Amino acid sequence: MRLVGDDMVVGIKDASKLIGILIVVCCAVLVCTMFMNYQMDLAAVENEITSGQMRIFYEAQMSTATVVCAVSGGCLLLTSALMLLFYIRHYIDTHKKELGILKALGCSDLKISKSFLVFGSSVFFGAVLGFMGAFLLMPSFYQVQNADQLLPDISIQFHPALFVFLVLLPTAVFAALAVCFAWHKLKMPVIFLLKDATVYSVKKKKRKTAEKNDHSFLEELKTNTRRDKKILVFFILFASFCFSSMTQMSASMKDLGSLMIGALILLIGIVLACTTLFLAITTVIGGNKKNIAMMRVFGYSQKECCQALLYGYRPVSYIGFALGTVYQYVLLRVMVDLVFQDIGSIPVYKFDFPVMFFSLAAFTVTYELVMYFYSERIRKISVKEIMME
Amino acid sequence: MIKVTDITKSYGNRENLFPILRGISLEIQDGSFTVILGASGSGKSTFLNVISGLEPPDSGRVLYDKTDITALSDKALTKFRKAAVGFIFQQYFLLPNMNVEKNVKMGADLAGNKDYKTVIQAVGLGEKLHKYPSELSGGEQQRVSIARALAKKPKVLFLDEPTGALDEQTGRQILDYIYRLQKQYGFTIVMVTHNENIAEMADTVIKMNSGKISEINTNETKKTAYEIGW
Repeated sequence: MRLVGDDMVVGIKDASKLIGILIVVCCAVLVCTMFMNYQMDLAAVENEITSGQMRIFYEAQMSTATVVCAVSGGCLLLTSALMLLFYIRHYIDTHKKELGILKALGCSDLKISKSFLVFGSSVFFGAVLGFMGAFLLMPSFYQVQNADQLLPDISIQFHPALFVFLVLLPTAVFAALAVCFAWHKLKMPVIFLLKDATVYSVKKKKRKTAEKNDHSFLEELKTNTRRDKKILVFFILFASFCFSSMTQMSASMKDLGSLMIGALILLIGIVLACTTLFLAITTVIGGNKKNIAMMRVFGYSQKECCQALLYGYRPVSYIGFALGTVYQYVLLRVMVDLVFQDIGSIPVYKFDFPVMFFSLAAFTVTYELVMYFYSERIRKISVKEIMME
Repeated sequence: MIKVTDITKSYGNRENLFPILRGISLEIQDGSFTVILGASGSGKSTFLNVISGLEPPDSGRVLYDKTDITALSDKALTKFRKAAVGFIFQQYFLLPNMNVEKNVKMGADLAGNKDYKTVIQAVGLGEKLHKYPSELSGGEQQRVSIARALAKKPKVLFLDEPTGALDEQTGRQILDYIYRLQKQYGFTIVMVTHNENIAEMADTVIKMNSGKISEINTNETKKTAYEIGW
């Protein structure tokens, strides 16, 4: 954040921290562009369809594209919107004093909020990358689709409307969302921001619970960490869900779709899972830096700090993995049984246990490595560093 | 007894090395109240960090009875801090999402102290067990940090400018609590401050200047927090 005269600027440097949103948007736009472009190009050859078999295959392809765009693209865009709101809230929480000074100097909430427009830039860059990436992959994708010759040959066409709807429109919507949300969050007394007071909900109900329970400090910290940032629980759930569903789905795709689509799904799944997991864990550590430093000063070991702050998310991650497994099975089952039911060449789809176990093993290793990496970061946090802030 | 021998500490890289502590040696008796005085930049906070095991020195030894803490591994040093020392900082460093009771439990759990509510009562916060730090005044927050430090039953209590962020009245009140609690529990106090008046409460006063001890004085008669100037 920079203070320029009476003007506050949330700089590009701040927006660069939105790399998570950039990646998720990039994946969403890549998937949507590829399938929507294919759908539009496919629709252009509809009048060349002559036989009943071709009609069935055409309808199946159109349905597949719609389902993929709606399910994958829609979910990813929703996730990136949640990420954006989370980032803005986190940004305001960690810059309360600076924002309070600006408000005290006379800057209106709206004026400050306008500088959050720059957060839309991450969406723009992500969308442009995704759009370009889709056009890079499209020749191979079209080649695979044309290879079975069940439909007339389809060539790649550029549809400007897609650029508007998948790049410009999301950028504008996300930028507006950023401004509106920031404006809403900034509507609080100046003194509250200046004091950097984090007021925790002390509702009577919660207080009664606190009075009754007799948990140890570490148990309490574990519970509080999860309760205070529920959105992080969602992100960790989402990360493991993505990893599980997409790695398993990619394996099935080599039979049901093509190797290329399988590889694409695998790549997107891993990137999404890692990005979201890193975002969530980084926030947990960053938000608890002072607490960790004090715990270390008082004599809590690295293991105890990790147990209280990080290991509490482990059950959530495995629930996410289970949900992802069920989701990918149901989705593929529906696709095979309903969408492709009239196409004879589609192989029988069965739940693949070896792939599930392989995916679980890969997930466990990845998750534990991430936890180890962050536990080392916890070890390096010193009270001196915190006091210098 | 804490025995410090020829401690040195510098910051920066080889080209720009800034010596902060230049060969400090001293002894602190068990159960004593020692105040370290010095201007900003004199090295007093770094000295406190080194003797409390928060930072390693470049050279020299810090002995707690027969244990040289400068030779301990990170893990062993954590165990040492857990067993022996308590800290109170100027900025309180309370956990904002925990109420008074839970903040004090942070220290109490380390010592297996089930009777931690007595300490909360002793600092006059018995009625505010379920208040969160944001609902407390600066003085009350500092009292919570005192209770947190004492609930772990430390042998040595290190205080870094504990009244630095408080007004005179609250500052006196905090010092009075510390003074009376030391009498009650018998722990050793090492306090860093730039307020020379506080030195009148101590047994021993160490003055630091440019990373060295310039003077060590012993007070024959000690004053209470309400008798000293401000």
